[in-house]
Amino acid sequence: MTAKTLFEKVWDAHVVVPETTDTPAVLYVDLHLVHEVTSPQAFSELRERGLQLRRPDRMLATLDHSTPTLPTNADGTRPYANAEAQAQVTQLETNCREFGVELHGWDSADRGIVHVIGPELGATQPGMTIVCGDSHTSTHGAFGALAFGIGTTEVSHVMATQCLLQRKPKTMAIHVDGQLPAGISAKDLILHIIGTIGVDGGTGYVLEYRGAAIETLSMDERMTVCNMSIEAGARAGLIAPDDTTFAWLKGRPRTPQGAAWDAAVATWRALRSDDGAAYDREVRIDASAVKPTVTYGTHPGMAIAMDAPVPAATNAQEHRALDYMQSKPGQPMQGTPVDVVFVGSCTNSRLSDLREAANVMRGRRVADGVRMLVVPGSEAVRRDAEREGLHQVFTAAGAEWRVPGCSMCIAMNGDLAQPGQLVVSTSNRNFEGRQGKGARTVLASPATAAASALAGRIADPRDYLTTTDHRREQAA
Amino acid sequence: MKPITRIHSRTAVLADENIDTDRIIPARFLTTTTREGLGKLCFHDWRYQADGSDNPAFPLNQPQAQGCSIVVAGRNFGCGSSREHAPWALLDYGVQAVLCSEIADIFRGNALKNGLLAIVIDELEHRWLLKHPGIELVIDVREQFIALSDGGRIPFRLEPFARHCLLNGVDQLGYLLLQADAITHYEQREKAA
Ligand code: SF4
Repeated sequence: MTAKTLFEKVWDAHVVVPETTDTPAVLYVDLHLVHEVTSPQAFSELRERGLQLRRPDRMLATLDHSTPTLPTNADGTRPYANAEAQAQVTQLETNCREFGVELHGWDSADRGIVHVIGPELGATQPGMTIVCGDSHTSTHGAFGALAFGIGTTEVSHVMATQCLLQRKPKTMAIHVDGQLPAGISAKDLILHIIGTIGVDGGTGYVLEYRGAAIETLSMDERMTVCNMSIEAGARAGLIAPDDTTFAWLKGRPRTPQGAAWDAAVATWRALRSDDGAAYDREVRIDASAVKPTVTYGTHPGMAIAMDAPVPAATNAQEHRALDYMQSKPGQPMQGTPVDVVFVGSCTNSRLSDLREAANVMRGRRVADGVRMLVVPGSEAVRRDAEREGLHQVFTAAGAEWRVPGCSMCIAMNGDLAQPGQLVVSTSNRNFEGRQGKGARTVLASPATAAASALAGRIADPRDYLTTTDHRREQAA
Repeated sequence: MKPITRIHSRTAVLADENIDTDRIIPARFLTTTTREGLGKLCFHDWRYQADGSDNPAFPLNQPQAQGCSIVVAGRNFGCGSSREHAPWALLDYGVQAVLCSEIADIFRGNALKNGLLAIVIDELEHRWLLKHPGIELVIDVREQFIALSDGGRIPFRLEPFARHCLLNGVDQLGYLLLQADAITHYEQREKAA
């Protein structure tokens, strides 16, 4: 038998009809995640054609994008940004009720950002195909699933047939050798990787992250890495499941239990690239060289170590990006004054991310004039964080502790920055206007975001950490 | 979907590289629950000034760009989110084709499914087109070439199935629904395993 990559194993297991020169493959979808923004038109399409959902049991819906992150008003209403946002949420509630889809809505103890709750509930499992009308579906690749974002037309395809028409993508291995230095996080690593391969370096490929540095990452960290695969243009990024994966998943509500669990783990162990499997492209990254990394421009590929000089613009687009960001060529991003700090999003809103930020902030105060929002990724994360008292660390420091949601990652729920303000953000996109019209976004790790909130300037979190091995402390 | 065989128009150029979907339609407009009427929001924050008037610096606002339905865009057009609102907005704004040396995967798929010709061309020809806004082009979907008025031709390749669907107005969901037996068979096999 020919050696196969992890991706090929998952792909092959889901081919319903193989591709030909004239037609793409029909690929089966195991899990379809749904949220309020990209689904209404797909439900409408079904209604117009008189179609039903083929497998409502393979769908999971939540409210996250246009939902307010402030608590309910005194009269019990929710502080929606506007009537459309509220109507969109109501529409999803109606659609899920009518079509029989499990919705983690306002009354659910598990509501949260779609890519945070899928894994939390154990709905995300190794070897699955997972789709969602959302490009950061790549997050679920951390479990060895083939997970990618789709458009709304495709959402309706999956609703009606549980399948997608797909051409097989190319594969790229990203070997991450060595180990990340103390105090350097998975976010620094993925920004460094995108800065290296470029914002379009992954276009047409599915990435597989592998190597010593990847194997030692926690599941939260692996999710951070896979989450941003799309920012390099790749639709998906995978990591082979291992004991870390299985230990994390064990006992979660939707995972197999008892003997079925053991059988599942035995199957999942085979989900790794065979020795000698060929990739279309291979890239090597040295983890030990990664420093606290931030973006200086208007796409995630414009990333550098925060103490490195901002490169000079080489074309009109880079000029525009530097102008927009007011970044100065030749000077480092470190020390740039900060207006707003956002800790949250499906990239960095899990418990370990909040711990990472809290470790930097404990007993300290957010600098005068800086606004800081901390938005947990899910109700479960919120509960766990509050049990540990992390929310008190943040509020005592002067930060706002919010209700779960996408919040300032996409700024469509009313949480946004003003024109010209500089935001240090743990989210995944620094596009023009992403966090509010005219707002300037610098992507960073939770620790860097926290340190920058304290300093009022982009700051190195290692200056605030007392422990010599921050990573070991986190794992404990 | 109605069949698309050829598009004839002058070109307008949006030379910036990496024009992302947030620039095509900012996220705050995604609270809509329909597909219609997004054209007026297309390129919103680039196209309008703070007071709501047209930004004269936005290339598609310039007089010579009026009536152009073919846009030549800088490399990596459509990167970012999977929002299909991006091609819906472009089509409603009057864009029928985007030519580029590299187009982001999800955007390209979304565009073709909606009858927006997202066409990848060679870098050399791309660079030439970027430098020559306002020229007349005919995009021939059947023969897969772009004809210039001087007789020159730029070849391109569409994914065969996408091309078939464009030419015949085939609806992909209809095609998938015809695979029902194979899907049922797959599900039964999966259950037995
Ligand atoms: S947190 Fe941001 S990237 Fe993640 S699903 Fe929400 S809007 Fe998308």
